[in-house]
Amino acid sequence: MITYNPENHLKVIAQVEARMGERLLGREEKSHYHQFKVKGQDAKDLIRFLREEPSLAFAMFIDLTAVDYLRYPIAQPERFAVVYTLLSPELGVKAQVKAFVPDGDPRLPSITDLFAGANWTEREVWDLYGIEFMGHPDLKRILMPDDYEGHPLRKDYPLKGRGERGNFPVYHASTQRPKGEG
Amino acid sequence: MYSYEQEIVERDENTVHMNVGPSHPSMHGTLRIKMEVKGERIVKTEQEIGFLHTGFEKLGEHRSYNQFITLTDRLNYFSPLSNNIGFALACEELLGITVPRRCQVIRTILAEMSRLADHSLCLGAMTMDLGAFSSILWTFVEREKLYDVFEAVTGTRLTTSYTRVGGLAFDLPADFVKRVTAILDSMENTIDNLRKSFYQNRIFLDRVEGIGCISREMAMSYGITGPMGRASGLDYDLRKFRPYLIYNELKFDVPVYKDGDTLSRYKVRIDEMEQSIKLVRQAMKLLEPGPINFQDQKRTLPDKTSTYGDMESLIHHFKLVMPGEDHGIHPPVTDQYSATEAPNGELGWHIVSDGSSNPYRVRIRGCSFINYPILSRLLDGAMLADLVAILGSFNIIAGELDR
Repeated sequence: MITYNPENHLKVIAQVEARMGERLLGREEKSHYHQFKVKGQDAKDLIRFLREEPSLAFAMFIDLTAVDYLRYPIAQPERFAVVYTLLSPELGVKAQVKAFVPDGDPRLPSITDLFAGANWTEREVWDLYGIEFMGHPDLKRILMPDDYEGHPLRKDYPLKGRGERGNFPVYHASTQRPKGEG
Repeated sequence: MYSYEQEIVERDENTVHMNVGPSHPSMHGTLRIKMEVKGERIVKTEQEIGFLHTGFEKLGEHRSYNQFITLTDRLNYFSPLSNNIGFALACEELLGITVPRRCQVIRTILAEMSRLADHSLCLGAMTMDLGAFSSILWTFVEREKLYDVFEAVTGTRLTTSYTRVGGLAFDLPADFVKRVTAILDSMENTIDNLRKSFYQNRIFLDRVEGIGCISREMAMSYGITGPMGRASGLDYDLRKFRPYLIYNELKFDVPVYKDGDTLSRYKVRIDEMEQSIKLVRQAMKLLEPGPINFQDQKRTLPDKTSTYGDMESLIHHFKLVMPGEDHGIHPPVTDQYSATEAPNGELGWHIVSDGSSNPYRVRIRGCSFINYPILSRLLDGAMLADLVAILGSFNIIAGELDR
């Protein structure tokens, strides 16, 4: 049974700090894991290291998501952050990588070749935040309709939408559908 | 404009394009699978989701922490109490508070009871998809009994909204232990019946044995947790990994199977139900009188009777509930990932707080969303009839999948 082992945190921190050096923007201790902050282009390097370094072996994918810091009270390095959560079954610890992505050019390398679970989650982040994952095999919308415009989880996207609700084509039972449809 | 014909552009001479769902009895709600089949062999599949996308995460940014609990009911609607408890625990971890003993015991009992309800429906529905109709009636009867108790405890059957940040909405009814004990006894009988009817049943075994195998490595790469992961030898259970509530005081085993096929997923759920019954029995012995809410009226809603009875509680209630700049709960400005073991796996909450009464961002790591993508890989080269067997064993809930 995989159990939580807080002593192994120090091992992870030492390894990550030695590997990333200057490129590590910061580290934060959370309730039961540590969060490593890096720039978007360094994220994949760090995740590959966490996964492939035999003494760490973060082989299990837990989650991938994003945060839009547009209206956050504390200044952040960039507007967007992509947050990866991983688990090391051998060490019994979780680790989180927070990769900051700039507003003007929201792109970072995809980790679908490292973790199969990243496929849908990256599509979700693309769909809801408009952050592009370079090298993703099939980056298209997943939750919103294919012809949807905009990225609804961005902070500058209004809660009530931009009138999309009224613009969906509606068929009534009495109307004749055009030929070749439905 | 949408047109189905447009999707089938390149048609291979020997294959047939098939569309299953979104409204098909075996598609459990709103799943859609586009398939390319050659005879009865599936050549290629594509899953399409999002039909039940409700925007919970966007809505959560505009709701207070306690208001968001009503939205969690609608995630995995087979076990709403698990979601309520998971979200309340995540908020409490963010705030750094620990709820009183009685509240922890009640939450543990209800979390395990909702696991029983969830698993029993999944087992019944899966076997019904494979043609065995009696079993869904047996499990549905048990689920109905559990839902009757949920109704007595929370006031509603499905949209329970029972927890609050720092406690519970109200205490248990007087005859709770007696009613639950009676249910557990009949539940054990049903589990026994399920084992007897399916473990030696050739018709059933031919459909599920060795079908849809997930290896341990695949499960880790996809992030598959819960009964699905444990059927593949991935011995990861958050109740053991980092025990929350009172799980470290209770004795229970976590069933793990090695094969990773559909039959293992069926067996894991049956064994887990047995363990849940054990857990509920043990936890009910620990029920002692006491407060159910964290005693800090700046962060926890006061008791309803005292809200109506004394001035101070009414003021605190007002300050916590009404919208306003300095009203509501104010967690520290930080972010936090917390997770609990829901019936389908790791139900995670990544909450970012900006110090205001609403969360800045709530990410829901729904187990169904993470567990579902592997289906297309399992279906490559499988028979068409395997689809319902494999999908039934996944227990995909559209509310949690599309959020």
